Amino acid sequence: MIKLADIVQWIHQWLTDVLPAFWATIAANALAGIAILSLVLVCVIICVYMERKVAAFMQLRLGPMRVGKWGSLQVLADVIKLLLKESFVPTRADKILFVVAPVLVLTVSLMALAPVSFSDGVQMWDMNIGVLYITAISSLGVIGVLMAGWASNNKFSLVGAMRAGAQIISYELSAALSILAIIAMTGTLSMNELVQSQADGWWIFKGHIPAVIAFVFYVIAATAECNRAPFDLAEAEQELTAGYHTEYSGMQFGMFYLTEYINMIVVSIIASTLFLGGWQPFHIYGFTAFNQVMDYIPQFFWLMGKVFFIIFLMMWFRWTFPRLRIDQLLKLEWKYLMPISLVNLIIAALCTVMGWHF
Amino acid sequence: MGIASILTMLLTGIGFALIAIGIGKGFGMHSWNPQKGEPYECGIPTEGVTWVQFNVGYYLFSLVYLVFDVEIVFLFPWATVVKEMGMFAFVEIILFSLFLFMGLLYAFKKKALSWM
Repeated sequence: MIKLADIVQWIHQWLTDVLPAFWATIAANALAGIAILSLVLVCVIICVYMERKVAAFMQLRLGPMRVGKWGSLQVLADVIKLLLKESFVPTRADKILFVVAPVLVLTVSLMALAPVSFSDGVQMWDMNIGVLYITAISSLGVIGVLMAGWASNNKFSLVGAMRAGAQIISYELSAALSILAIIAMTGTLSMNELVQSQADGWWIFKGHIPAVIAFVFYVIAATAECNRAPFDLAEAEQELTAGYHTEYSGMQFGMFYLTEYINMIVVSIIASTLFLGGWQPFHIYGFTAFNQVMDYIPQFFWLMGKVFFIIFLMMWFRWTFPRLRIDQLLKLEWKYLMPISLVNLIIAALCTVMGWHF
Repeated sequence: MGIASILTMLLTGIGFALIAIGIGKGFGMHSWNPQKGEPYECGIPTEGVTWVQFNVGYYLFSLVYLVFDVEIVFLFPWATVVKEMGMFAFVEIILFSLFLFMGLLYAFKKKALSWM
């Protein structure tokens, strides 16, 4: 069976044969960048289509049906529409910050993808602080959001940006504490080693109750960090028109829209790497035939399957829970999620020290 | 690929964003009139300036956040070695988080965690 790692290796070998060492490195890096970018774009297209279809089916309608079979080309049509719109800068806006903000937001969310382990041996850089790097980089995005809100010179944008800031920094705490519960059990921060440690079972099964609690809390915190309903106060349509990107139009708005989905993909990748075994296939101990059938599904599709499962969960939340008020949102984090996940981390550490997990 | 991978993603992000926005600027419509430059506040003309001081009801959260974020930075190296160090690391972290928890309780008592 051809593995993704082999293909990567062939391309690398071919490049080093054809080009001198320096240019080969540059070409390899450029190819890796383009590969990850196109992977993310394809995922975003699927996500947008899925979002509309899931929303439609939960409301007993059909969703987009006209453009292409089952409306499958709808997203493409939307992209063309966005390209043909004018990217407009309001007269009284802070021009430089207004233009920089969408670029910054997108760049930061793409940079978070550098240490992700897509399959066995397919990774840009297996850095030893992978998880810390992703948490650190992805929280830089809030600066872009605040920039956009401030530069727009619009009251809706400013209020939306301030809300987004408060929300993202608050929920980062319980997200990081949930991550730490698994790190304590594994003893590594490298994304690849984290996945390798789950070869005999995913952490959500191996880690007993602390891991399950950590998973639930991480998904809640991740939903809030992505500013998605029921935590979508930053762009509550009924109150703030569109929140921090009210003034944006055309492709500049498109960048914010894209970033929203890339952030969802990034948090889903972290959740599936830490809790659901990354690219490890699903195995049941003792069922050899079943396990071998599962092994035939490529590792890359296992990762993507888990990622889309978590994205589906987030879409499900959106149409299940009503939106929280800002004080309820902060109360939920500071009075419930944060203390409980701190205690949960200590219990997870106790499990590790006593050797209670498998 | 080492640190070059971070640089690659940085350049990919900036490059893609600039190209996409550039294409949008090239293909897009261009028109201008005085009303178009106004901030969009649902059709009503804007009152006063936007860049004013206003009461952020949750500014104390960001101060408490700072304390706990630093705590989490300390917890990352702790979490990687807790398996090897065993009971010593566990007792230590209980003491560490006890002090921080008292800080949270103090903030709670002072009503820093409720809506101002």
